[in-house]
Amino acid sequence: MNFVARFIRSPEGIAGLVLLSLLAAAALLAPVFFPGDPLAIEGRPLLRPFEHPGLPLGTDRLGRDVMAELFHGARASMIVGISAAAVAILVGALVGTLAGFGGGLIDEALMRVVEAFQIVPGFLLALAFVSVVGPSLTVVVIAIALGSWTGPARLARAEVLSIRERDFVAAARVIGMHPLEIAVKEVLPLALPPVMALTSVIVAGAVLTEAALSFLGLGDPNIVTWGSMIAEGRNVLRSAAYLSIVPGLGLVALVLGVYLFGEGLVEALARREGQG
Amino acid sequence: MKRAWRLLLRRSLTSIPVLMLVITGTFLLLENASGDAADAYLVAIGGGDAGYVADLRAEYGLDRSVWVRLWFYISNLAQLDLGQSVALNRPILDVILERLPVTLWLMGSAVALSFVFGSLLGVLAGARPGSATDRTLSIGSLALYSVPSFWLGLVLSVVFAVQLRWFPVSGIETIASGKTGLARAGDIALHLVLPVASLAMLYLALFLRLMRAGMAEVWRQDFVLAARARGIKHHKIILQHIARNALLPLITMLGLQAAGMLGGSVVIEGVFGIPGFGRLAAEAVSGRDAPLLMGVILTSSILVILVNLAVDMVYALLDPRVGASDPA
Amino acid sequence: MSALVSLEGLSVRYPRSTTPALEAVTMSVAQGEKLAIIGESGSGKSTLARALVDLLPRGSRCDGTITWQGGSPAPGRDYGYVFQDPGSSFDPILSIGAQMVEVLQTHFPLTRHDARVRAAALLARVQIPAPELALDAYPHQFSGGQKQRIAIAIAIATGPKLLIADEPTSALDTVVQAEIVALLQELVESDAMTLLFITHDIALASGLADRIAVFRNARLVEIGTANEIITAPRRSYTRGLVAAHLDLTTPVLIGDVP
Repeated sequence: MNFVARFIRSPEGIAGLVLLSLLAAAALLAPVFFPGDPLAIEGRPLLRPFEHPGLPLGTDRLGRDVMAELFHGARASMIVGISAAAVAILVGALVGTLAGFGGGLIDEALMRVVEAFQIVPGFLLALAFVSVVGPSLTVVVIAIALGSWTGPARLARAEVLSIRERDFVAAARVIGMHPLEIAVKEVLPLALPPVMALTSVIVAGAVLTEAALSFLGLGDPNIVTWGSMIAEGRNVLRSAAYLSIVPGLGLVALVLGVYLFGEGLVEALARREGQG
Repeated sequence: MKRAWRLLLRRSLTSIPVLMLVITGTFLLLENASGDAADAYLVAIGGGDAGYVADLRAEYGLDRSVWVRLWFYISNLAQLDLGQSVALNRPILDVILERLPVTLWLMGSAVALSFVFGSLLGVLAGARPGSATDRTLSIGSLALYSVPSFWLGLVLSVVFAVQLRWFPVSGIETIASGKTGLARAGDIALHLVLPVASLAMLYLALFLRLMRAGMAEVWRQDFVLAARARGIKHHKIILQHIARNALLPLITMLGLQAAGMLGGSVVIEGVFGIPGFGRLAAEAVSGRDAPLLMGVILTSSILVILVNLAVDMVYALLDPRVGASDPA
Repeated sequence: MSALVSLEGLSVRYPRSTTPALEAVTMSVAQGEKLAIIGESGSGKSTLARALVDLLPRGSRCDGTITWQGGSPAPGRDYGYVFQDPGSSFDPILSIGAQMVEVLQTHFPLTRHDARVRAAALLARVQIPAPELALDAYPHQFSGGQKQRIAIAIAIATGPKLLIADEPTSALDTVVQAEIVALLQELVESDAMTLLFITHDIALASGLADRIAVFRNARLVEIGTANEIITAPRRSYTRGLVAAHLDLTTPVLIGDVP
């Protein structure tokens, strides 16, 4: 039985795949369905949903199309989630490999740095970083990655420590490969898969952190995000609570989809191991 | 007990260089902020001429090199002086100590509640892996774990504060209520219900899932079979052996989540208008108050270290294997 | 000799497994005998012991009949079970005393103090030095051999009529093995227990047991007195086992093999 077949047997995985596909479709098709700036004013402010045929979910306090904002928000959340996780895993895996492979003082020093990043609350670090550098999509991605690369780093280091004792590494040493070359070419590819297992947790965390940053007004002001929509809706919470509630549901769906998908992958992998 | 103290001493010593790294790193990061403390102060007081700015810079030590200022900062720190808040014009330590208790109450109650209920529900789910209860709780907790806490806070306040009016919408106590003693404590508790609930839900889901996974792991261990063969009753095996062993990873997780919880308090306190430590971080950012932000980050790092030390101690007391092989 | 338990056509299939772990086994265990069950790993010998006392994993299918003289036995009270790996037969985070007291209080109406006194006496019986102190120690503080002694002490705590030892020595080194086997032998004889001794080591079995049952691929190959099996095996598989073990290079551990 191949991997896809095993994945399909997991109900969690399927549910996650469906959720993620729908959201990804929304994100990809946002510019097609809603060309133009989602932040542009499209109608009277605070139109109720279904009140106006062209604006199915109504408008917000500034008269922007809520439906368009939702679609474009999916885009922002997914871009930030995926890029932040990619940066965190890459940097983490690299640092972990260097620490594990370098050993001695390099290991000691790098692990102290990892610990330092672990004791600073990631959200405060992101807050400080964005406030220093100024909010933009790239900065937000880096800020989030700053708080989430330590997990991959520790895991990669542990993996490398077990891999570097194996025969082929010794063989590579004997034929005179440079240690750095061995680390990157021989060890890293083997250490990466277990680290990749952290992806779903990191993506989900990144999506939530991005939302919280935008909610506090520290997101990129030029793009729509679900977090900023929630913050915007908060101003009219008593009269139009749905403006905050709907984008939040989007966040829940995205994060849940990521977790479910991750569970499905883990289950499919476990089944393969179980069958030996 | 000796084992635990030895562990405590060693862990405290190793956290000193880590803390120095945090101080240096944060200091250098905040150094790069566009506009310095003098600019921020000028904005706060409404501007001033060039000579005054130069005086201010000298007063804050901004005309010196970064490393000299870092050295000043650290030597002041050694005397428990975190510097002066620019925006609030007060000693930072005073401000932090004033704001911290509320946040500690908020986090403490959320942790206590989520730990107790999360582990209990986790035992319920883990008692029979694969049962209907297990699957329901497991999917439910995953869904709960996906909810952003600040959004949950908004939803809870729409339902229970705005619509039903069971709880106050925001703040930490009724302003000028004249309440004292128990009545005041009750008032504060009422204000804390919704924020604590929003913060606790996430961790409840986390602890539930951890407990469940931990129990599934322990079920597979041979000593469970041995206990059955010795005639130990089913419920006693679950509670005294499996749950007890599965609790250990939860304790570790408490330490790992301390940093996350402090971060979460920033948004929750923002949503519910609680004048706490987390809110202070947001205020420091919006007020461009770098020294204050530095103080907040430093304090939270120390808090995280302290929580982890406490967690290590508790763990060592619960697990006789920890530190047993250490050289004396 | 009357049968303590008889099996009739016993077959066992583990959950999600396509091949049976035990197939159509018919045999009986006599009261007071020492019966060795030998076979390679996967031959079904441990499955037999677990099926006897209802310790199979949930979802296992069990066909055939098991007839106990005097009804099916209560775990811990009517039989004691010693497992292969002494390291994993204790809860790692509870003291030895706490675990022994728990077992004793499950089966007897004892106060905590009385249970501790009895636990210490049991530890002394299996030759654990300083039993009072040992009660407050944790499993990881004992050597493998000591842990197995403690596991045996717990297994005999209630004075069961049957002692099942599932490869109790294969995780231990040779010298300790001999000590554990001697201890088991002494305990079984002085308390007149029935012993079911599972092992892959035919030399060990022949020195200890009255009768030997040989298992292979989930089936009972043959059963007979130790003497018959060693000197006149009827099946070629058994002959192979005996020949492999009784050449001159294999030291005899226990007693003299005829």
